[in-house]
Amino acid sequence: MKKVRPWLYLLPSLILLGIFMIYPLFDVLVYSLQEGYNSASQTYSGIGFYNFSYVLRDPYFLQAVKNTFLLVIITVPLSTGLALLLSLALSSIKKVKELYQTIYFLPYVTNTLAVGLVFMILFKKTPYSDGFINMIIQFFGGNSVDFIEGPYWAKMLTMCIYTIWIVLPFKVLILTSALASVDQNLYKAAKVDGTSSFRTFTKITLPMIMPMISYLVITGFIGAFKAYSDEVAIFGTNLNAAGMNTIVGYVYDMLYGNSGGYPSYASAAALILFAIVLTITVINLLLSTKGDEAE
Amino acid sequence: MKIVLENLTKVFPQGKHTPAVTAVDHFNFEIPDGKLVALLGPSGCGKSTTLNMICGLETPTEGKIFFGDEDITNVPVENRDVGMVFQSYALYPHLTVKQNIMFPLENKKGKEKLGKQVIEEKAMKAAKLVQIDSLMDRKPSALSGGQQQRVAIARALVKQPKVLLLDEPLSNLDARLRLSTREEIRRIQQETGVTTVFVTHDQEEAMSISDLMVVMKDGVLQQMDKPQEIYDNPVNLFVAKFLGTPAINVLHGKIENGKLVIGKNVIFNVDLPDQNVSVGIRPEGLLVDENGPFVCSLQKIEKLGRDTSVICTHEGMQMDHMRIVVPSETKIENSDTIRFSLKPHKLYLFDESENRIALEEDA
Amino acid sequence: MKNKHLLKKICIHVFLAFWALVVLFPFYWMVLTSFKSYGSYNSEYIPKLFVSSPTLENYISAFSEVNLAGYFGNTVLFTVITTGVMLFVTILAAYAFARLKFKGKNIVFTLFLSLMMIPNELVVITNFVTITNWNLRNTFMGLILPSITSVFYIYLLKENFEQVPEELYKAAKVDGLSDWEYLWKVLLPVCSPTVVTITILKVIECWNSYVWPRLITDNEKYYLVSNGIQEIRENGFGRENIPAMMAAVVVISIPLIILFLLFHNKIMEGVKRGGTKG
Repeated sequence: MKKVRPWLYLLPSLILLGIFMIYPLFDVLVYSLQEGYNSASQTYSGIGFYNFSYVLRDPYFLQAVKNTFLLVIITVPLSTGLALLLSLALSSIKKVKELYQTIYFLPYVTNTLAVGLVFMILFKKTPYSDGFINMIIQFFGGNSVDFIEGPYWAKMLTMCIYTIWIVLPFKVLILTSALASVDQNLYKAAKVDGTSSFRTFTKITLPMIMPMISYLVITGFIGAFKAYSDEVAIFGTNLNAAGMNTIVGYVYDMLYGNSGGYPSYASAAALILFAIVLTITVINLLLSTKGDEAE
Repeated sequence: MKIVLENLTKVFPQGKHTPAVTAVDHFNFEIPDGKLVALLGPSGCGKSTTLNMICGLETPTEGKIFFGDEDITNVPVENRDVGMVFQSYALYPHLTVKQNIMFPLENKKGKEKLGKQVIEEKAMKAAKLVQIDSLMDRKPSALSGGQQQRVAIARALVKQPKVLLLDEPLSNLDARLRLSTREEIRRIQQETGVTTVFVTHDQEEAMSISDLMVVMKDGVLQQMDKPQEIYDNPVNLFVAKFLGTPAINVLHGKIENGKLVIGKNVIFNVDLPDQNVSVGIRPEGLLVDENGPFVCSLQKIEKLGRDTSVICTHEGMQMDHMRIVVPSETKIENSDTIRFSLKPHKLYLFDESENRIALEEDA
Repeated sequence: MKNKHLLKKICIHVFLAFWALVVLFPFYWMVLTSFKSYGSYNSEYIPKLFVSSPTLENYISAFSEVNLAGYFGNTVLFTVITTGVMLFVTILAAYAFARLKFKGKNIVFTLFLSLMMIPNELVVITNFVTITNWNLRNTFMGLILPSITSVFYIYLLKENFEQVPEELYKAAKVDGLSDWEYLWKVLLPVCSPTVVTITILKVIECWNSYVWPRLITDNEKYYLVSNGIQEIRENGFGRENIPAMMAAVVVISIPLIILFLLFHNKIMEGVKRGGTKG
């Protein structure tokens, strides 16, 4: 009894993890290698890498890869930089600091689908109205653009703005607490030594919070590569039609949805995504540890 | 309720990086009903393990434990009816003082289950006993160390246990509080008459409040007796060194032709065969005496008010220096040497295996 | 010197206030629009930032024309059950890892930790097939089952359990508790801040979950709010009834906003301790 008891405590989580986490890991490999899988009859015609080559030649997938990479490259540096600026600004004030922090965190707890709908309406141009954003653009003398169903760059811009709006709360939270945990005596010492505030920032603040920044960059990369529901929120469920699909969106569409029913293609795409994320994470880690050694 | 330990042994099995340890080695002793007993020894001597076995938190490798005539060796801790006060007090931080004290009573099941009214009355009684009845609605975090200690004692006593166990209960208190709290423990123990076992590494604490003292070293029982008796008649060098502040002075000596010789000083006649011995002399066992046989070189005099410490050296010393306590009115001449005579009953001889050699009184 | 300092201060405050406006504006817009009547909204070619004659008609149609109440109820049920069961499973596992001794504990725990690195996208395919094969599509069972276990929360709680001093366990044993009672009567209450944090984070996660419910439900009867929003957007009200949509969005957002206002310190603390979104 005494030997069995710990396992009884673990049993529910072991069973659930086994079925829904561990088994699928192997299963996804199997799926990705089964060629010509038919989900109705659950049969397949052969084993091989056809699924991968199909996915890699699928224009929808290539579009999704392009969209995802653009999104990653634009939003990760911008959101991290903006978060750093906001956090620095926050740490330099005392009054209403907490109020600002609370406001900035608000997007984290809101339903992305719900707020995405609001963004869509703000950016959208319809026959009845140019929309709020276009109103501002026109106010400054620009020409109105349909950010939701218009040109590709406009849609990508909308996408990036919404993504940054969504991911910023987490980054600001982490960076403000990193800044707050820097030993205040270091600043006092720098002041005594007559260090300029720019030098204080580059020589004290930045090195002290560097680990947190690289953590945010890595998680930011991973998160942005997995973008999907934010896109749905803005452009609707048929992302392929909008030309704004992401890799994860492609996986889900292959699995289920308008073009669904192909778990093999979905698995191949998911594994490709996993490989990309893994590679980038490893590169990131190598770069950030190299930076540490250079110190 | 008397407690009997029979051949009690605890061996901690070999770990990955640690060898097997015999924490308690064949203990035999009996704690009489209603007494306060101190388990005393340096850290790692097995005293806490012994206490935990009496409590039921550890199972003995060998041997038996009796409460009265009942063999409780295999009774699980929750059914053993003991109360325990832990070193860190281990109060439940999420409960108020009152809830903490009521907690053991609320856990009684079946026939023993108590009514709410009875529980509250008993908790109040226990709280009054330790004088914390005015703090009942506070959380432990809002109490001082001494107050937490009292709550812990009340919680241990509220179910009127057969045995009360205290594990280093005073070590987390500051020096002043320690003094008053140990008096308090003594008072509570006498008021309730509960058989109490008390673990400590502080010999002064043990001597001041216990009826009986058990001195332990490396899992082996050294001596069990009344505190004064152990102090006056230590069975070996370890016990002699462990008891008393300032510590006993130990010197190399030898017995030559029926005389005890320390360094060059011939102290007195003894009826023993020739051998090397260790000589233990209590700090208060030396009297300043111009004609005394024991010649030391004087280092320093510390006047402490009530008495005076004389720091000196002697060629036979086993430590850095000797500390001798004399009454403050003693006149000491400021010279390089100082002579002492010795009180025979404050001087102990130990053989090479550090066991006491009995001295004839008239020798 | 003093002027420069003042200027810098003003710049900082303008910057902070600007971003606060960016964050809050969508919420303002959504509330504002939800009180505009259909007619007045569509007649504003240039949108107005205030409402001249507020109306509740959008809220009425949000509850009558589309099944908002149904989505809402489903989500509450889903959130309560998933969070409750998740807590139970997590507590048991964390307890085993933190306080029980057994062979292979370290191996199993390392395995658990390594599962944290597995992205959801990789396992969702098989889970979709599994749930479909078990005929659990369009059931609450199918929605809930894969969402119960969270290795991260097990880890968080285990760490907290381990911080509780061993003496408290001994004291509880002396006071007559069994191990099981110790877990529920002492350990959990002592660790209640962590339990509350986990609960809140899980509630947020459940309330916002979109991907899995979208895969597993195609019957409107089982839609959660996120899917409901998409449904309303694509098929409800007629595409142009933006004020009614906004009313629905307001209703859906309110529970989390209230939760946030009540517990924002706890939520932010919990997220800081390692929660990442999604």
